Amino acid sequence: MKIVILGATRGMGRALAQQAAARGDELFLLGNEVDELPRSAADAHARSARQGSTIGFALCDLERPEGFGPALDSATAHLGKIDAVIVTAALFATQDKLEADPEFARRLLTVNFANTVVFCEDVRKRLLAAGGGTLVVFSSVAGDRGRKPVAIYGASKAGLSHYLESIDHKFHAQGLSVVTIKPGFIKTGMTAGLKPPPFAGEPEKVAAEVLRAMDRGTPVLYTPAPWRWVMFIIKRLPRFVMRKINF
Amino acid sequence: MTDPTLSGWGRLPAPGIELLGEDLPRLARGARLFRGLGRSYGDSSLPGDGVDRVIGTRLANRIIWFDTETGVLRAEAGVCLRDLNVTFIHRGWFTPVTPGTQFVTLGGMVASDVHGKNHHVSGCFGSHVRALRICLASGDIVSCSPTEHADLFWGSVGGMGLLGHILEVEVQLQRIPSSWIQMESERLGSLGEFLSAIQEAAAQWPMTVGWIDLAASGKSRGRGLLNKGRWALPTEAPDRPPTLKKEKRLPIDLPNFALNPLTIRAFNAAYYWKQLRKKSLGVVSWEPFFYPLDAILDWNRGYGKRGFVQYQCVLPRASGIEGMQALVERLAKLRGISPVTVIKDCGAQGQGTLSFPMQGMSLAVDMPVNAGIQSLTDQLNDLVIGLGGRIYLSKDRFTRADHFKAMEPRLPAFLELRQKWDPQRRLRSAQSVRLFGDSNKESER
Repeated sequence: MKIVILGATRGMGRALAQQAAARGDELFLLGNEVDELPRSAADAHARSARQGSTIGFALCDLERPEGFGPALDSATAHLGKIDAVIVTAALFATQDKLEADPEFARRLLTVNFANTVVFCEDVRKRLLAAGGGTLVVFSSVAGDRGRKPVAIYGASKAGLSHYLESIDHKFHAQGLSVVTIKPGFIKTGMTAGLKPPPFAGEPEKVAAEVLRAMDRGTPVLYTPAPWRWVMFIIKRLPRFVMRKINF
Repeated sequence: MTDPTLSGWGRLPAPGIELLGEDLPRLARGARLFRGLGRSYGDSSLPGDGVDRVIGTRLANRIIWFDTETGVLRAEAGVCLRDLNVTFIHRGWFTPVTPGTQFVTLGGMVASDVHGKNHHVSGCFGSHVRALRICLASGDIVSCSPTEHADLFWGSVGGMGLLGHILEVEVQLQRIPSSWIQMESERLGSLGEFLSAIQEAAAQWPMTVGWIDLAASGKSRGRGLLNKGRWALPTEAPDRPPTLKKEKRLPIDLPNFALNPLTIRAFNAAYYWKQLRKKSLGVVSWEPFFYPLDAILDWNRGYGKRGFVQYQCVLPRASGIEGMQALVERLAKLRGISPVTVIKDCGAQGQGTLSFPMQGMSLAVDMPVNAGIQSLTDQLNDLVIGLGGRIYLSKDRFTRADHFKAMEPRLPAFLELRQKWDPQRRLRSAQSVRLFGDSNKESER
């Protein structure tokens, strides 16, 4: 497969790039760190099952929508045709920090919701124009229900999940496969310093599940799997309970 | 977050948190200790006096380059050995030296200067490392190798991460003819037979390791199975690559009493008699050959909540078969018996300043933690010091500072290196506080 990954230098994006390279996918990496991109491309190259293939990369920052088009142009030029685009990039902070720092909260809401949607719109049009393809986007279980510890971050992901579901409904028949990933807690740099809850996932295992979901076109993937049932219950708890608990 | 704790593989907890991140050079500045996958048994990877956190390296897991012609690999320190194995074995390359688990990081392999079944021919991991990139206590980042800052390089090989934080490792991988192992397993009825057999095997086999039964009594004490192996030639190996084992976990802590003298005795007897023939030959996959214990991922939960340690020591060749016999007798007398007792004959001592192995015979035994563990460790150390041996820091939690000093004539050289590269002794672990006397006061000097 020919895959573009936005957010490829760290966390889940890195784990996905490593595994996709190892199984022989052709890759183009997008990220916002100019020094890290060539290192991540070299890593994917060393792991690649395709001898002699080069891994392309380009700068793409979710805070700079004007760069989306050129970045996707370079990806298309490098890969020829794009089969799938994976978006793992996003901002994160705890609710306490977001409440204390309105400017960062504004940035997070813009990046995680508005700009991610704008990026996905560009990708969607390109995939549909080429006859179809797969769009894999990391949303979050935090977007499934309004909850105390993720009021702002969760709102950004709720909006994103809503958008992804809608374009699945609208464009599935035309060949667009939308895969919404709803991770629970994964032990990456994003969650460093937070206490891992039960069912916390390792990036390698989650990446393997995400690639499988991408191959199959699974519309919604909760990962690690128990989160599906955790959220099933959380979504059904009455308001007076949600007001009491701190989950 | 309430009362966060960390522990080594032996699951004895200590206060502290592990800060994970991808950007090691940034995290290293001001850090006191790096920790890989936490597979050292005791307190090597736990924060020292007055320190509340360690830096976890496992997210720094990128390969920097790999030369397909020469097999030289450069990678970030957090790369997991299993990751390297599954990436490179089918391309005909394997780590030059592997410990008994593949859930270790490259940085950890250097810091412990790990050894494996091929120690008698290949030495420790450090002798195949070509260069390191290290962040010093001062925050400066330096490259070192056997020719550049050689003292820092050899001090870091087996230096338990105490001279500087290892950021990158460059190592020569080994060419392998297939991903299968030609193995011969031999059943030996007594310790004497076993010890001569393992030394004889060393001349013919590049990989040897033995398991002995300390729970058997009388003449059978120390009977065991000796495994010998070499990489199978393409003509001997099956055409297909071996399939990887599916992950199995121990979902719960077993109760403390699950492993008791009776069950241990039964386990050992069953293990000994699993092979009925005196000798068996066969081709096996690399995974069960090198990593039999990795088959159950959380096997350390088998000891229950009390936790455990491993006592691993090496006795010099000069102490002879009698030395090992004395140690085995002492262990049996002190009831230091365990489900798995591993014996390996070691080749020459490596160049790492504090590297563990020396020419002779190494023994490793798991011991549950109970009220008698300190006195048991002390008595074993007394014997080992008398025989001219020493212990493996990566397994240790209970050795006393004066015992370590007595068994380690190279300690002054190592402390001199610390004086040079980290004069304030900022880098520290719970183990270095225990064994080298790093205290809060010194760091404030």
